Amino acid sequence: MADFLFEIGLEEVPARMIAGAQLELEQRVVKMLERERLVRSGAATKSFATPRRLAVRVAGVAERQEDMAEELVGPSVKVAYKDGVATPAALAFAKKAGVDVAGLKTITNAKGEYLAATSVKAGRGAVEVIAAEMAKELAGIYWAKNMYWRAGRPERFVRPVRWMVAMLGAETVPVEFGGYVAGTVTYGHRVLFGDREIELKDPGDYEDALLGGFVIAEVEARRQKIRKALDRVTRAGDPTGSGLLWREDHELVDKLTQLTEWPSVLLGGFEKEYLALPEEVLVTVMRDHQNYFAVEDKDGRLAPHFLAVLNTEADDAGVAVIRHGNERVLRARFNDARFFWEFDQRVPLMDRVALLENVTFQKDLGSYFAKTERVRVLAARWADDAKRLGDAEIDAKVLDEAVTLAKTDLTTELVKEFTELQGEVGGLYARAQGFSVAVADAIYDQYRPTSMEDRIPHTAEGQLLAIADKADTISGMFELGLVPTGSKDPFALRRAANGIVKILAEGKVPLGLWLIARSSADFEAVGETIGAFFAERLEFYLREARGQSYDVVKAVLATGSDDVRDAVARAEAVTEVRSSEDFTAVASAFKRMKNILAQAKEKGIASGATVDRALLTEPTEKALAEKSAELADRVSALRAQKNYSAALEQIATLRPQVDAFFEAVMVMSPDEAVRANRLALLEKVLGDFSGIADFSEIVVSG
Amino acid sequence: MTGSVSEVAKKKRALTFQELLFTLQRFWADRGCVLQQPYDVEVGAGTMSPDTFLRVLGPKPVRIAYAQPSRRPADGRYGENPNRLFRHTQLQVILKPPPVRIQEMYLESLVAIGIDLKEHDIKFEEDNWEWPVGGAWGVGWQVMLDGLEITQFTYFQQCGGMDLDPICGEITYGLERIAGFLQDVDSIYDIVWAVEPDTGRKVTYGEMRLAEEEQFSAYSFDYADVGKLWEHLNLYEAECLGLLSQVKDFGEMDELKLKRFPVLGAYELALKCSHLFNLLDARGAISVTERVGVMARIRALVVGVAKAYAAQREALTSLQTQEVG
Repeated sequence: MADFLFEIGLEEVPARMIAGAQLELEQRVVKMLERERLVRSGAATKSFATPRRLAVRVAGVAERQEDMAEELVGPSVKVAYKDGVATPAALAFAKKAGVDVAGLKTITNAKGEYLAATSVKAGRGAVEVIAAEMAKELAGIYWAKNMYWRAGRPERFVRPVRWMVAMLGAETVPVEFGGYVAGTVTYGHRVLFGDREIELKDPGDYEDALLGGFVIAEVEARRQKIRKALDRVTRAGDPTGSGLLWREDHELVDKLTQLTEWPSVLLGGFEKEYLALPEEVLVTVMRDHQNYFAVEDKDGRLAPHFLAVLNTEADDAGVAVIRHGNERVLRARFNDARFFWEFDQRVPLMDRVALLENVTFQKDLGSYFAKTERVRVLAARWADDAKRLGDAEIDAKVLDEAVTLAKTDLTTELVKEFTELQGEVGGLYARAQGFSVAVADAIYDQYRPTSMEDRIPHTAEGQLLAIADKADTISGMFELGLVPTGSKDPFALRRAANGIVKILAEGKVPLGLWLIARSSADFEAVGETIGAFFAERLEFYLREARGQSYDVVKAVLATGSDDVRDAVARAEAVTEVRSSEDFTAVASAFKRMKNILAQAKEKGIASGATVDRALLTEPTEKALAEKSAELADRVSALRAQKNYSAALEQIATLRPQVDAFFEAVMVMSPDEAVRANRLALLEKVLGDFSGIADFSEIVVSG
Repeated sequence: MTGSVSEVAKKKRALTFQELLFTLQRFWADRGCVLQQPYDVEVGAGTMSPDTFLRVLGPKPVRIAYAQPSRRPADGRYGENPNRLFRHTQLQVILKPPPVRIQEMYLESLVAIGIDLKEHDIKFEEDNWEWPVGGAWGVGWQVMLDGLEITQFTYFQQCGGMDLDPICGEITYGLERIAGFLQDVDSIYDIVWAVEPDTGRKVTYGEMRLAEEEQFSAYSFDYADVGKLWEHLNLYEAECLGLLSQVKDFGEMDELKLKRFPVLGAYELALKCSHLFNLLDARGAISVTERVGVMARIRALVVGVAKAYAAQREALTSLQTQEVG
């Protein structure tokens, strides 16, 4: 047994691809070793990654495969021997099995007597096997973008290969890939260690040997080093202890972990005057363009500092130089942003509305001006609907102003430069140009929520604008037949619909999904398709955002998918009671009733139109009829109050009557009238109590 | 802290703009590059010079380096913005096939221009390059020096819609950015271009180029006659298409006629169209709807030329092999 280490050295791998490739390499190596019977399943493994290397180490790898015996069946005895002499068929079989003819056995199977042999496949050495298999595993790794680099294009990979290490214990495994043969030599940090070789003696030395070469190969260790350095450097830059904090940003920490081999952190500053620019712009420049962390004071306000993560460790003079360089770049970037901001103010947003005619939304759907006009109509209509359906407070004038101006920031220089800030820039400009806070906020939030985790717009007007904008996009695309299929959703229509569902679930706008679907579409059939699409997104929302189980979601949506908030409340109530014994018993009984009714219908057996009390003969069926009639009123009152938990608790009290009924009564009585009446009773019970959810969908375990 | 920066800066005198260019040219000449002069037709980037765009095609090895003034009318700022230029200067290095140590060679070139790598933070961050109009793309990095993008490093994969084999390494230095960094100035216009050795007088970038930035920004944004620009575009396009229409006759041409067929001339016409498109765009004369269509027209020219260039090489090679046979 020995440890196996593999490392592939590469020119800088894109940060976004490293984590996936690290995991895939580890899985591929382990699977290959298992397949080749070189490790047992569950072997201890450890993987490493930096921008310039991916590596994996597996413990307890056998030095040889064990021999494998295999029983082979050959030709029939009749064919194998002629007059007691072995025929060519027998000789060929013996050769294939690797035994002498004399070593062949005879077996009897269903077809008669046949030759057989035990063939022993000799296990191969691990070094030989891994050397032969490894290249295929490397070639199979998925990369979002590949390249060729060698003449004749023999292989594709993410970036050119520069070296490989493959060792089984102290022994070299000569894996060949990308024009290199693996050895035992690796390399350290480009600048801090240069071209010098690092000779590995044993797979176990890997991390430590690389630390000597200024490379932290363990991803988690690098991440921790960065986080600690961010804390330390921020503290050091705050000698008076005023409460300076770096702004947490997990994505950026991840990115910088994958951009560095030997990270350190420095604190830089910028002139306070730039704080007059909107925080969104400053943070976008720092975070998205420069990979800097923003720093805030104890009140959460942006401070005139930034933190840069370096891929080096410099002395004080070096740090001063690097800080100076980074500050210089940031100042230039902020200057640009300020230039755009001031330049954009020369043309007010109102004057930009007309300019939207020149900005195409989609070639068959016209310009953003046309889109704006459509959204205005939808938003106004739905504001009326919302007032009619609930007590939503919507200021129609604010809404119309916000919708009219919503897309005008697409014509500004600042958005052309920082496309990720569209919407937000519009909101900031609206405020700067004297529009009301309500208008500005609605514009600012129009693209929210951009994910399940993102917040929804703050105000009712913002929510309506966001819904109408998204619904217009969805209906336009659906009418063009550009419907998402499978993994293809180039216009992010699912995300748009998820956004509508989330706003309806968590916001102040009392609109139904089907109302939005039907009222946004010009054609009835398209409206129905969109409604079904929304229902799917509601299902997704209940499962993913609300953590509801599959069967509860199905049960709840079976009775209606229009009112999102109501669906959420019903699902939560069902989940609350589903673990109670009485409820599960009633749910099972409902499923049984549904089955009986379905079977009767299939056989063409009619049920009565109403329950005729005179025909109820058995005491248990009388009891069920009485109790359920009594409960029906109570349940329907509770439902009307949307007190679903109480309603479900009431329904669960039906259990004794239901159990007794099925114990004593045979629904399919030979007496036609009795049978029809009993079927009518079941229909009534189901009908009265299935308004919250279709309980027959609830999966009852055990 | 700032004190120590000036200490460091004092230790060595930063290169002037022209010394920077000399040094990089010398560096790459010493590594086998032929130094070419800038191409004399307007281009938006060094990649569009035929020394890159056409030489990367085919199997023949190439090592070449040249400075290329690159015009981007929409980037003009009337000389008012200290960081943006209508016309900037790229130093383009083309290595086909790329040497194994190409990244290390590049880092050595930074040392050559006075950058002590141990005193700086250098990162190779993913940045893939694409010129859809030329059917060209590659993968690579932007090289970040203390947070400043100083170089675009690309492994060219396709050009003119054709796979490259061998591929080609392309290093594009942004000379103004690097000079501004080395000299530690906040405005491009303050870069010292040259120092008169006898008087010690400094000639600045602004002295040499500010008027050009002011006037060409005004021309691109305010003066250029949209109608005439369209006319020019149509004329250049027609002439380019006229040449490209003869490519189908390559099979019937004799060697002399074939090798004299002006594919290179057609390429200049295509470049003219590309520049006119950029001017019209800066002038705000191309609506978003039109944009796609005009770009497709120019793509047809540029990709058409690349294909013609490849066809011409191939036809010539086969004629020459026949002679030998």
